[in-house]
Amino acid sequence: MAGMDGGSGGAVAPPSLPGAQLLKQGAEARVYRGRFLGKSTIVKERFPKRYRHPVLDEKLTKRRTAQEVRSILRCRKAGISAPVVYFVDYTTNCIFLEEITDSITIREHITSTQASGRSTETLYGLADRIGQILAKMHDEDVVHGDLTTSNMLLVGEEDGKPGKLVLIDFGLSYISALPEDKGVDMYVLEKAFLSTHPNTEALFQRLLKSYIAASKKAPAVIKKLDEVRLRGRKRSMVG
Amino acid sequence: MTIVIGFEGSANKIGIGIVKDGEVLSNPRRTYITPPGQGFLPSETARHHRGAILTVLREALDEARLKPSDIDCVAYTKGPGMGAPLVTVALVARTVAQLWGKPLVGVNHCIGHIEMGRLITGANNPTVLYVSGGNTQVIAYSERRYRIFGETIDIAVGNCLDRFARVIKISNDPSPGYNIEQMAKKGKQYVELPYTVKGMDVSFSGILSFIEEAAHKMLSSGQCTAEDLCFSLQETLFSMLVEITERAMASLWLSGGPDCNLRLQEMMGVMCEERGARLFATDERFCIDNGAMIAQAGWEMFRVGQITELPDSWITQRYRTTWR
Repeated sequence: MAGMDGGSGGAVAPPSLPGAQLLKQGAEARVYRGRFLGKSTIVKERFPKRYRHPVLDEKLTKRRTAQEVRSILRCRKAGISAPVVYFVDYTTNCIFLEEITDSITIREHITSTQASGRSTETLYGLADRIGQILAKMHDEDVVHGDLTTSNMLLVGEEDGKPGKLVLIDFGLSYISALPEDKGVDMYVLEKAFLSTHPNTEALFQRLLKSYIAASKKAPAVIKKLDEVRLRGRKRSMVG
Repeated sequence: MTIVIGFEGSANKIGIGIVKDGEVLSNPRRTYITPPGQGFLPSETARHHRGAILTVLREALDEARLKPSDIDCVAYTKGPGMGAPLVTVALVARTVAQLWGKPLVGVNHCIGHIEMGRLITGANNPTVLYVSGGNTQVIAYSERRYRIFGETIDIAVGNCLDRFARVIKISNDPSPGYNIEQMAKKGKQYVELPYTVKGMDVSFSGILSFIEEAAHKMLSSGQCTAEDLCFSLQETLFSMLVEITERAMASLWLSGGPDCNLRLQEMMGVMCEERGARLFATDERFCIDNGAMIAQAGWEMFRVGQITELPDSWITQRYRTTWR
């Protein structure tokens, strides 16, 4: 769902990794693939946004780069799969990350399951696992900030054998213990989930149930989630 | 040939427009302006609309050189908006529809903005940033419906600007947003404010609380000027809007009151240029609430046979953007 185009004109490899190929330009950063110390590497470069005031841009870029790395490390320490951070270049605002290969996004997985005519009930096990991982992440006070089914990867999934779930794109993440922030995190996921995947209300409920069962702090978060749902504008009437 | 008259009065403007197959024949409007430091209250706004609506209707017909019998359909704003003004305008629309013996069409105000934007910019399938006093949404057409991709999770951006204007007593004439824009041009110093993007959603209430709390202290201590605050607030809010739009976009245009803000258009232009996208912006005649946009959306609906029967011709303050 995030705005991504193919290569935008004129982007060259970041100076810190010559020879890297531009994969895509997202809303937040340019993403390159290259080799770093012999390893397949993804480089995420936060380039200056010319539309923003330079002071604001600099501040946001520095803060988001630091928070992204901090959140990934905290997740990995807690045993949540996320790409390894190889290197951070704070002068060019580049993060060097492990390339996750042989993976598909949860979005693709759900879409192809639905397209093949299989019942969404076959995805309940997956929903349970997503709920557990997010519960663990929130218990570590990591707020992802951009939870979508495109930002979760499934590695090595085969028939009958569940693959490994990897969280990616911590670009808007930060550390917070507030139930409010975690509630909004779940709200963002709920909206993205239900708008990307039609007729998956039951599947998302399953995910939430598993989240509630797995997190000690879930009641406060769910209370906030219920509040946030009512908070926005023009909620109740459907036109 | 289809001629539709549109009645709009969901907020502080009362407008009536007549559209004939994509051509705007007339589009008169009045705005209810309140003193500095005050917003517009529903009952007083409705009173203003009641006083002006028949004059505006006469102007709309005269300017278009039409008789009521030339009209094919009467469109009115069904919502979202303020209850009392909506009721006032719906009542008049319902009455003339019965007097003239014409069908009624209830229109979603947000869809009115989008359809007007599509008409005058010629954009085909855009990503729309729709911002106004009561709305902040990034909308795109997907799977046969307009869908909201990103939106505010609390107050609208225009509401945030209007309420800031009240805090430091900026004039509401012609609109608080316009006056903030003019003051912001003179701002030099960038004051750091909270910046809140949540996925494709934004939140403005925290920024408003922060600036309500801090504005008077910063101004009285001489830390910054009112112009600096206007400038910093605009830079922060608009950066957030451009960021979520970029997250949702393919091609886009702007619609709604604050969209007339030239700084916002400039920032969107830079973002689009960087992505190789094209920006369509509307001008003040059509991006501020007006009757023609309701007529245009009504025209599209009428053409495909969507009629609002009299018992269904109510209004609603809450009306989510989904159509087609």
